Amino acid sequence: MESGKGEKQSGASILVKLLERQGISMVAGIPGGANLPLYDALATSGIRHVLTRHEQGAGFIAQGMARVTGTPQVFLATSGPGATNTLTAIADAKLDSVPIICITGQVPSPMIGTDAFQEVDIYGMSLPVTKHNFLVRTTEELLEVVPEAFRIAASGRPGPVLIDVPKDVQAAQICVNQWPEPGQADPYPALDLEAIEQAAQMINEAERPVLYIGGGVSQSGAASAAMCLAMRSSIPVAQTLMGLGAIPRDHILDLGMLGMHGARFTNYILEECDLLISLGVRFDDRATGKVEQFCPDASIIHVDIDPGELDKIKTAHVGVTADAGEFLAALMPMVEAKARAGWLSRVAELKAEHPFRTPGARDPRSPYGLILEAAKRMGEKVNVATDVGQHQMRTAQVYPLTKPGQLLTSGGLGTMGFGLPAAIGAALADPDTPVLCVSGDGSLLMNIQELATAVEQRANVKILLMNNGGLGLVRQQQELFYDNNLFASEYTHCVDYVTIAKGFGMNAIDLAHASDPGAALEAAFATPGPCLIHAPIMEPENVYPMVPPGAANSDMIGGEHAHSEPCTA
Amino acid sequence: MPTANPAPHKEDQTAMVQLELTVRNHPGVMSHVCGLFSRRAYNMEGILCMPVQPGLSRMWLLVPEDDRLKQVVTQVSKLHDVLSVERRGAGSDDFQQLEAFFRQPAEAV
Repeated sequence: MESGKGEKQSGASILVKLLERQGISMVAGIPGGANLPLYDALATSGIRHVLTRHEQGAGFIAQGMARVTGTPQVFLATSGPGATNTLTAIADAKLDSVPIICITGQVPSPMIGTDAFQEVDIYGMSLPVTKHNFLVRTTEELLEVVPEAFRIAASGRPGPVLIDVPKDVQAAQICVNQWPEPGQADPYPALDLEAIEQAAQMINEAERPVLYIGGGVSQSGAASAAMCLAMRSSIPVAQTLMGLGAIPRDHILDLGMLGMHGARFTNYILEECDLLISLGVRFDDRATGKVEQFCPDASIIHVDIDPGELDKIKTAHVGVTADAGEFLAALMPMVEAKARAGWLSRVAELKAEHPFRTPGARDPRSPYGLILEAAKRMGEKVNVATDVGQHQMRTAQVYPLTKPGQLLTSGGLGTMGFGLPAAIGAALADPDTPVLCVSGDGSLLMNIQELATAVEQRANVKILLMNNGGLGLVRQQQELFYDNNLFASEYTHCVDYVTIAKGFGMNAIDLAHASDPGAALEAAFATPGPCLIHAPIMEPENVYPMVPPGAANSDMIGGEHAHSEPCTA
Repeated sequence: MPTANPAPHKEDQTAMVQLELTVRNHPGVMSHVCGLFSRRAYNMEGILCMPVQPGLSRMWLLVPEDDRLKQVVTQVSKLHDVLSVERRGAGSDDFQQLEAFFRQPAEAV
């Protein structure tokens, strides 16, 4: 406890001081009537404010910052429409377990419930999409609620917390005699050593084990420990969208991403496994396909920091509530070194029989080729943000990620519009690492106003806009599952994105006019600051393979034609 | 008006179980609990809530004893304002006793 001076100060300045004590150095947001006291206090603080053009943008900037730093980050909105605009970014953070704290202004306490101007019940509206939420009723409560919000956001499985602060609570003056300790993540739960011994025994006795790792491994910083387990016991590793980057793409044990747009061999190998070691995953339907037919012959070890994930979708033979890193540290001494020559040769055989196809990989004007060319020109020191759609799945399939957490993508909620603001947040939180934002025209349009924020903040974000003139993944589903009845998935009006970007004051180039796309990318990446690279995708091409929604992962469509160029995997 | 049916008509013959929650007593805690049940599509047949001491309330929930019960308990336990969740032992018939009261014709209440 640090003693306060005992002089009177407003709730707003207490709030700002509590944020500073939590180590917050930057917040994103938009002021409005109900949070003006807070902004008044913020103006004289040391905290940098990032003024966005939409509250959803502020939420995703906070997400970008939180995903890169691994610590809770804050964003601000006013009451009413400001507050409702935050909800998509909050829901997105809930599903991807990202620690963000949204502080909304609320109408003054006496007016709550009167349908006052810009009043909404954001407490009620945010209930199902937050890890926890608070409506602060007195200025004194701020001293408890703010550290508690940080503790909740960071503890166990991280997640979003909302604090709704009525305007009179921000304005009222009180004496602070003692400042509370900053809120910190709780210690991990005690390990169930018996279950871990059992898990080790199952791993030692298994003949065809597969590691299935997700965001929980990245967040725990346990990727290298998972690799040690994989290598010691010769276990191939499949990753979820959120787990990508945990194992290098060219590693012999890497199976890439599993599920709906995973490689054929990945899903076939999973079908044959007799033990599924699931770390920091939640058996999402996009990963498992029809869950009854997912790894039908396998025993399951499931490790997650959230006890609510165990036995939720698939009942585990051994379930352990634990941090992935702590689990692996306890497990490793009990795991025997194994060569598993038979299983690994079967894995190699399936890889050879059903390789991942990347048509156009050598042509920088085709989708895969463009992503690979951009990756080559960006180099290894890069964070990669995506939006949602075909470009996202292609990036997940082929981008040569080298470290966990390097890919910032909206996994659970699948929010179009995530990419640009998340990329800005990542670039601001880690200014030494450039951000490549792979986007599509449909997604970019959903938060295009943040181009202004990127320019204003000089965020080092390179937007690779793969423009196919519509909603590619929707068109793909209409073609495959709705008798090719293409409806509402194409934009009949063409937007000139290069002019738009320039209108926002951002550098922009058009690869359509570049004689050497690789050199044009190189030049764009070499110039500091934000830039938009427009890349027209002339021929609509589907992302393959694809598991039809609701089908088993073994029922993949496409991705098996031999005339295309196989990838390195 | 018919009197209360002595054999309560449950939707099916699923046995019911009573959960006892100790919760922080503040506006919104009921929303957190009820919201969890509705968004996770768990059934809840009855709810009783009373303050037990300053700052604390007790909630009794009547829920079906099906294969999702363990998951329900886990999720409810995760709520920040829920301090404990216990399963009331067999024979706790509080809801049955109340049921008769609830089924009285309106004019008799």
